[in-house]
Amino acid sequence: MRAPDQATREGSTASSPEALAVSAREISLTFQTADGEVEALSHVDLDIAEGDFVSFIGPSGCGKTTLLRVIADLERPTAGTILINGVTPEAARVQRHYGYIFQAPALYPWRTIERNVMLPLEIMGFDAAERRKRVEQYLKLVNLSGFERKYPWQLSGGMQQRASIARALSFEPALLLMDEPFGALDEIVRDHLNEQLLRLWNQTKKTVVFVTHSIPEAVFLSTKIVVMSPRPGRIIDIISCDFPRDRTLEIRETPEFIRIAQRVRSGLRSGHSYDE
Amino acid sequence: MTSSTFSAARPAQIRWHPTVVRYAPVVVIVLALIAIWYVAAVLMNRNIVRDAFERDEIHYTTGDLIVGTLSAERPLLPAPHQVIQTFAEDVFGWPITSPRSLVYHSWVTLSATFVGFLLGATFGIILAVLIVHARTLQKSLLPWIICSQMVPILAVAPIVIVVLGAIGLRGLLPKAIISAYLCFFPVTIGAVKGLSSPDPIQRDIMRTWSATPAQIFWKLRWPSAVPFLFTSLKVSITISLIGAIVAELPTGAQAGIGARLLAGSYYGQTVQIWAALVAASVLAVGLIGIVSLAERWVAQLMGARA
Repeated sequence: MRAPDQATREGSTASSPEALAVSAREISLTFQTADGEVEALSHVDLDIAEGDFVSFIGPSGCGKTTLLRVIADLERPTAGTILINGVTPEAARVQRHYGYIFQAPALYPWRTIERNVMLPLEIMGFDAAERRKRVEQYLKLVNLSGFERKYPWQLSGGMQQRASIARALSFEPALLLMDEPFGALDEIVRDHLNEQLLRLWNQTKKTVVFVTHSIPEAVFLSTKIVVMSPRPGRIIDIISCDFPRDRTLEIRETPEFIRIAQRVRSGLRSGHSYDE
Repeated sequence: MTSSTFSAARPAQIRWHPTVVRYAPVVVIVLALIAIWYVAAVLMNRNIVRDAFERDEIHYTTGDLIVGTLSAERPLLPAPHQVIQTFAEDVFGWPITSPRSLVYHSWVTLSATFVGFLLGATFGIILAVLIVHARTLQKSLLPWIICSQMVPILAVAPIVIVVLGAIGLRGLLPKAIISAYLCFFPVTIGAVKGLSSPDPIQRDIMRTWSATPAQIFWKLRWPSAVPFLFTSLKVSITISLIGAIVAELPTGAQAGIGARLLAGSYYGQTVQIWAALVAASVLAVGLIGIVSLAERWVAQLMGARA
């Protein structure tokens, strides 16, 4: 069930400077539910360049998670075209172009931390030596060295989510898809993980697509903020955010940060997202 | 500091030893049950004993009557000490290969139970795997599975024995098959529940890695099902014991706890029936104990909280 080699080559030839990690044209997605049709996404156009850190922000029901799931081939759009590194989402998934990090850590409780991080490597058929090497490397990257033999319940929520990030990184995908990964954590832990995530993004040069409903989080992390609004889910603003890649939490006090945050907030308001 | 102030302020309280606190409720219940049993034995057996006294024209007091009810040879309800005494004699009084030994009979039933349990559990798990992986099978198989459990086993057992006997299967295997027939059901239900227990995120994450169905089964569904499976296996192993005993009843079995029960009722040996029942309960407790130990061991291997 591997996609043809040709597709892989297309994917890798796309790594010129202005190469696109994600390119969506006129994406629409309608869910059939018991109460009738729900238009989760409506005519979404979006380009994400390689190396970008892009946040989707919007209220519940605006389709930000759905859009991420479309990129991950967990949902199929009902109209429009989308390419991930130049190939279809399905080919991208089969070729393991992306790592997906969910709202919950979703670690398997019967596996130790190292065996959880090893799981995708087992599934993808890496040999034992390579698996061990990568588990060590990525647990170190997320500051979890020494916790290899612990079970998930022995770790705090923040540590569990870091383990799940190590798991997504372990097979070295070019693209990281993160669905409100820190939503369930308290603000102090969240700030800390945001800093670590930035450092990691800066070190690994990956493309990150990040779903959140926190304005400060989006502004702090992103190079590009995609503001979305519900019913139907659509993009109402795309804001560039030109802080240096090695930014620190202090930028949150700068006028530039506050200006961008205000633009995001007014975008959210114009989407009438808080009317009801 | 504060805690000592508080306890000093409290009125003096009797402090029971922890062992007493732990076992007192159990002991009280057991003693109450034994007391009720003795009273019931006196009440139920008094007519038999009185008739015997009057037939033999023996003068008797109430004391004689009560003693008689608790030591009758064929009482309606034997007293606890009679049951225990017969049980001990039947277990320890004979070499274990003797057909008079309860150990021998227990082993006959137990071997059918083990084979039946293995067959039933395997069959139950295979059914569950099929049901979880194919929706059409769920619709087509489940009604039959439920129907199979509504058929009274006592009616089916002789048919199974006769049919299997006709194709040359005798002895242990027909009993094991009847036992398996009874015990696969809880395993199927528990395994279906367990195999479909992974939440959507856990299944989605397997999809993002493009895991094959076999990988999803062995690395996600099967480990998720294990706790559910053990709950089912505990129910199932006692049912398979009952199945093995029931299978001995209509078949004129020469050995086994079922055969003991049958012989006891033919000859009015109520004490022997009760002793066999005690043996069956001891076996059931032991079997559940084995499964529970296995459960704890597996849970430890799978990193459960201590």
